[in-house]
Amino acid sequence: MRSDIILSGVGGQGILSIAAVIGQAAISAGLHMKQSEVHGMSQRGGDVQSHLRISDKEIFSDLVPHGGADMILSVEPMESLRYLPWLSKQGWIITNSQPFVNIPNYPDAKAVIAEIEKQPKHIIVNADELAKAAGNSRGMNMVMAGAASLFIDIPQEKMEGAIEFLFGRKGPEIVKTNIAAFRAGREFAEKKRG
Amino acid sequence: MAKEKMMLMGDEAIAQGAIDAGVSGFYAYPGTPSTEIMEYAQHSKDAAALNIHRQWSANEKTAMESALGMSYCGKRAMVSMKHVGLNVAADPFVNSGVTGANGGIIVVAADDPSMHSSQDEQDSRILAKFALLPIFEPANQQEAYDMAFAGFELSEKYKTPVMLRLTTRLAHSRAGVAQKSRLSQKELKLPENKRQFVLLPGIARKQYKTLVANQAKFMEEAEKSPFNRYIDGKDKSRGIIACGLAYNYLMENYPDGCPHPVIKLCQYPVPKKMVEKLVNETKEILVLEDGQPMVEEALRGLLDRDVKVKGRITGELPRDGELNPLFVRRALGMADICGQPAPAIVAGRPPAFCVGCGHIDAYNAIKQVVTEGYGDGHVFADIGCYTLAALPPFEVVNSCVDMGASITMAKGAADAGLFPACAVIGDSTFCHSGMTGLLDCVIENANVVIFILDNSATAMTGGQDSHATGRLSEICKGLGVDEKHIRIVTPLKKNHDEMVQVIKEEIEHKGVSVIIPTRECIQTLGKKNKKGGE
Repeated sequence: MRSDIILSGVGGQGILSIAAVIGQAAISAGLHMKQSEVHGMSQRGGDVQSHLRISDKEIFSDLVPHGGADMILSVEPMESLRYLPWLSKQGWIITNSQPFVNIPNYPDAKAVIAEIEKQPKHIIVNADELAKAAGNSRGMNMVMAGAASLFIDIPQEKMEGAIEFLFGRKGPEIVKTNIAAFRAGREFAEKKRG
Repeated sequence: MAKEKMMLMGDEAIAQGAIDAGVSGFYAYPGTPSTEIMEYAQHSKDAAALNIHRQWSANEKTAMESALGMSYCGKRAMVSMKHVGLNVAADPFVNSGVTGANGGIIVVAADDPSMHSSQDEQDSRILAKFALLPIFEPANQQEAYDMAFAGFELSEKYKTPVMLRLTTRLAHSRAGVAQKSRLSQKELKLPENKRQFVLLPGIARKQYKTLVANQAKFMEEAEKSPFNRYIDGKDKSRGIIACGLAYNYLMENYPDGCPHPVIKLCQYPVPKKMVEKLVNETKEILVLEDGQPMVEEALRGLLDRDVKVKGRITGELPRDGELNPLFVRRALGMADICGQPAPAIVAGRPPAFCVGCGHIDAYNAIKQVVTEGYGDGHVFADIGCYTLAALPPFEVVNSCVDMGASITMAKGAADAGLFPACAVIGDSTFCHSGMTGLLDCVIENANVVIFILDNSATAMTGGQDSHATGRLSEICKGLGVDEKHIRIVTPLKKNHDEMVQVIKEEIEHKGVSVIIPTRECIQTLGKKNKKGGE
């Protein structure tokens, strides 16, 4: 089993909570894990990425090699395209459809989606909307984690267990709505994958 | 049953390692990518229960000196900083080689190749070599943890400070770390030689000879270090020296094992016998190292005649920037594997001020009065979030060199006849290295306007406490700034006209003016409000 993931987004969008859930699930499944983060200046609204590597064998590099990612998991559509040099030929792009516009030259949103659709394997999900529908307007990240979970060989209950582990401190209601958002994302991806 | 592994970033592994190895004090000033060492220690329940010192210092120099004081008392100390912070601490750092240590002392230097969040990509190993000190360079999180134990041990064995050097990638990457059983802290015990730390020339000369004589012993330690390994391979057409993290990128490209003999090099000085064996047995040497080509240069020597050495200098690897699996792959002579290029539609997304940040309001006023009134070229800035005003839409600031340089560069420019000469510095940076420069201005009554943007935090690195909070105008008064020309304003949109007026008045004042726009960082404020609500 091996899963090399590039997580992407904009500083402040909280991609690290996705990394935490998947990473925690990997640990509880007894797998090896390495996860590299960006701290410092780019966290101020710049583009940020995290390399998440999971394997049943020893992992060497903290960075996913170019052309080696099984998945680009992005909470912002334009940011998903920035990391195409890392995506393997068989890799998936799984991205939120909702642009985060904090620059004056943000491209036409439809053109961005069209570029993503050129990729043979992609899932574009309106994660903001699904999160709201699941009763968790701040659960966009969990929707994305849920959509991605379908393509990572870790049992669903381990993933949900990780959510419970990580958010339990904030109370049962937060855990419940985060799991609801996670499931909404996973169901959406299931339908799309066919 | 073995205890479950802890998921730790490289920085956190070092801090946990130090806690478990019986450290008595952490000292540091925030700086990416080293910040999380101190933050981890501050949040650690173990460290609290053990009553370990873990508060920020005013700057890296004061941190290094405090660590030395703790070592003087026979206790173990860890001081951590980013690479450019080591420049600030260079005076005590280099001299600590001559004083030596009493209790173990580890100096952690976190380098930032590719300058993810820095002004340069200097290699701290070279500064440690300059100071004649041993260096540990972990390849992974587990080694980062283990090296805290090994570092203190070596430090006490030879009564010498040691450096633990890592780079951004390991500092900010998580993996499982197995914990060792905890050692207790050392008792307070002064050095046997009560003049050990007195570097009067007569004493220093003697101790320097000891340090020089120790070099051979440090080399012996590196030869037999468990962190250094000679891994034989059948294909002798090439031998590879992989330093620290670079070992991972090498192995990433050989999932079934490297066919060439390899030295995994994680403890310095460079072990001569080990390298000699590799040179004798292989046709050429490829050196993989993150940072500057220190090992490559040492092997090549000045005349570059006998040993065929390849690496960053010869172009097999890029001369600057961080290593990665692809660059190492190319250096090994393998074909690229690469995805598609990012489409042209992808726009750059540089960092920017947070929405609602007080710096925006301060800069709007500065821009209107200074840049629009006198032209571009009058504003010297410093290290912090406010440096972002070099980028659009502001494009107001004209320098960012090192901590504190805004004030002193503005002074030099005023000396040269520039008018107005303005400095913009943050509250924490001011306390780090700006106060002495302000004193220079006061002594000569330099014609400068100094903006101290007070957001009550060390914001860029994540909102650590600032030594300046609640003390800024008192510090300025104490340094001799005329009270009438210390102006406190609140950077809000509604106060724009007032700020413009204050700036105009202070530019007209012939002498030192300090304007302090004061409003808390919205990130730290947000965190506090969140905490209060829970």
